[in-house]
Amino acid sequence: MDRVLFGDNQFFGINHMSDEKARAQAMRFQDTRAILEVLEAAYEEGVRVFMCTTHERVADVCDHFRSNAARFPGFEFYPCMPYAHKYADAVTEHGVLEALRQFLPADGALGALMRGGLSAAKKDIDGIARLLIDAEMKMFAGLRTPVIFLQNVVSDLLLGLGFKDAFRVFADHVRLKYDAEPGFITMNLPLMVETLREVGLENPIICSNINRIGFRMCGGIAAYEALLRENRFRAIAMSVFASGAIPPRDAIEYVCGLPGVQSIVFGASSRANIRETRRLIRACWGDAAVPAVVGSSRQAGAGPA
Amino acid sequence: MIRAGLVGLGKMGISHCAILNAHPNVELVAVCDSAQYVLGVLNKYTGVRTYGDFRRMIDEVALDCVVVATPSRTHADVVQYALERDLDVFCEKPFVLDPLDGERLVELARGRGRVTQVGYHYRFVGAFREARRLLEAGALGRVHHLRAEAYGPVVLRPRGSTWRSARAEGGGCLYDYASHAIDLVNFLVGPPIAVSGATLAKVFSRDVEDEVYATLRFGDGSSGQLAANWSDESYRRMTTRVSVWGTNGRINVDRQECQISLRERVDGLPDLGPGWTVRYTTELTAPVGYYLRGEEYSAQIDHFVQAVAQRRTEHPYSFACALETDRVVQMILRDAESARAAPAAPPAGRPARRRGLLDSIRRVLSH
Repeated sequence: MDRVLFGDNQFFGINHMSDEKARAQAMRFQDTRAILEVLEAAYEEGVRVFMCTTHERVADVCDHFRSNAARFPGFEFYPCMPYAHKYADAVTEHGVLEALRQFLPADGALGALMRGGLSAAKKDIDGIARLLIDAEMKMFAGLRTPVIFLQNVVSDLLLGLGFKDAFRVFADHVRLKYDAEPGFITMNLPLMVETLREVGLENPIICSNINRIGFRMCGGIAAYEALLRENRFRAIAMSVFASGAIPPRDAIEYVCGLPGVQSIVFGASSRANIRETRRLIRACWGDAAVPAVVGSSRQAGAGPA
Repeated sequence: MIRAGLVGLGKMGISHCAILNAHPNVELVAVCDSAQYVLGVLNKYTGVRTYGDFRRMIDEVALDCVVVATPSRTHADVVQYALERDLDVFCEKPFVLDPLDGERLVELARGRGRVTQVGYHYRFVGAFREARRLLEAGALGRVHHLRAEAYGPVVLRPRGSTWRSARAEGGGCLYDYASHAIDLVNFLVGPPIAVSGATLAKVFSRDVEDEVYATLRFGDGSSGQLAANWSDESYRRMTTRVSVWGTNGRINVDRQECQISLRERVDGLPDLGPGWTVRYTTELTAPVGYYLRGEEYSAQIDHFVQAVAQRRTEHPYSFACALETDRVVQMILRDAESARAAPAAPPAGRPARRRGLLDSIRRVLSH
């Protein structure tokens, strides 16, 4: 797994600190070409992984990288599914069953579920989950997707409900069908680590908020640090700047100084910010972990957003 | 350990199900819904007892409390049944559609010493709590106007077949969206005493309004404006915002941040200088034990669980507080109806202005 991953929140109007900033970003990136420009800059700055939701506009990004594969050797996608808003909106508008019908490619399984009620639900739910994963993965056909994540809205819901087997279903399916490593995004790291251990998933990839101020680290910053010291999972740190609440250098030094953090995922809207963030990480983790970029001559500007 | 039952497994019900299940002091022992397939899945994965009839669930299972997340029209029946069997009750918003039901249930709960709460989760958002703290401390001086807004992308085309698109079921932008903004007004400055100029308009829906506008009048002479529109695709998700103007400045607050502009320093608030101060969710949000979609959802359930354990029946999230919001909703409905009932053009021979004036007086007197 790469040490520096590029996220996509900034492209889709998501900012945990300010709705105004989120809207400004949504305006800036409403044309997919603006997203591609930043991604190409990220590639030139040495970033090789785009960790992205299965937002419908990511399909256009996928098309671009598929059509221009020769220009971006080594570029990988880490899909994070599902883009939950489209499901939540559909459930609100149509109810659970009609929403499922919209997203499933064929309604054979769903029909059986409706007719059979309780007993069919027991039999078919795993099958439905696999069909939904396949539907989400369609846009990535022909691209490299070595790690596939379950988004936090779903993984945290499953954690809360106690649907522990679902993590195993997800892991088995992405391994078997996509030859990929399963990853799990969560806001509840301690609960996730314990649950994945229970269902027998060894050394899993888990992406969670890890930042100096403990923002959205449920279970507490001390519990997170203790788990990282145990080193029994591969940790990806997200929200390391807590949406801008922590100065960049402090933020990176804290996260890079923790044992057990394998990778950092960050979002940025400009080449200068990408370069600066990558430089800060390299200063902590060293050249071996974050190789220097050869041939990039443009000057970096302001610090990360 | 508090033994909880849950009625209604729609979007909010499933979310409550996870939050209750993850709470260290709660044992979720039974759930109830009319959809067999949802029950089947839950039972298979969690082993929780499932029911298709809430009365049976309440009668057969030893419970301390129930969480009600059914379509709004059914709230009153389920809540009453639970209260009569001495259960504490958390009910999704809006509380009830008819304030008369609400008054009856508030009295019933009071008489039986039950802990009650309604799921107006914005009251648990750090930024809104900060705004309330500042207003209570008198940061803005005398408040003279406010604006409460709720926008989002729910109904974006002419279709929709769930209860949310049926007025009699408690659907529509007024109950679903505007009620949150109204509840925040009540939370921040107290409820208005009168409503005028209420507009309930359809954008795409057949049976319910998609936008709500109204002028609010408060007992101290201050005014407010309410705007809600659930057919606004420019928002990624529901966005609720309140702006408050006072003699000493202004507060803009939404889920993410609380912006304060003060003319002068205020005693008791030494950390606020003149000019702008911005406080972000990252500093205003208290940690929760389990996170799903937002700290506020867990925080409100945690508050309820603690209130049940400590037998705290009076608090700012109770049925009585939610009833104040239901009353404002009804004022808006009545004002909009009276405006619709009034003839569009004045009858021949009568001067238009006089008729309009009489109507206004009548309307003011009727409140």
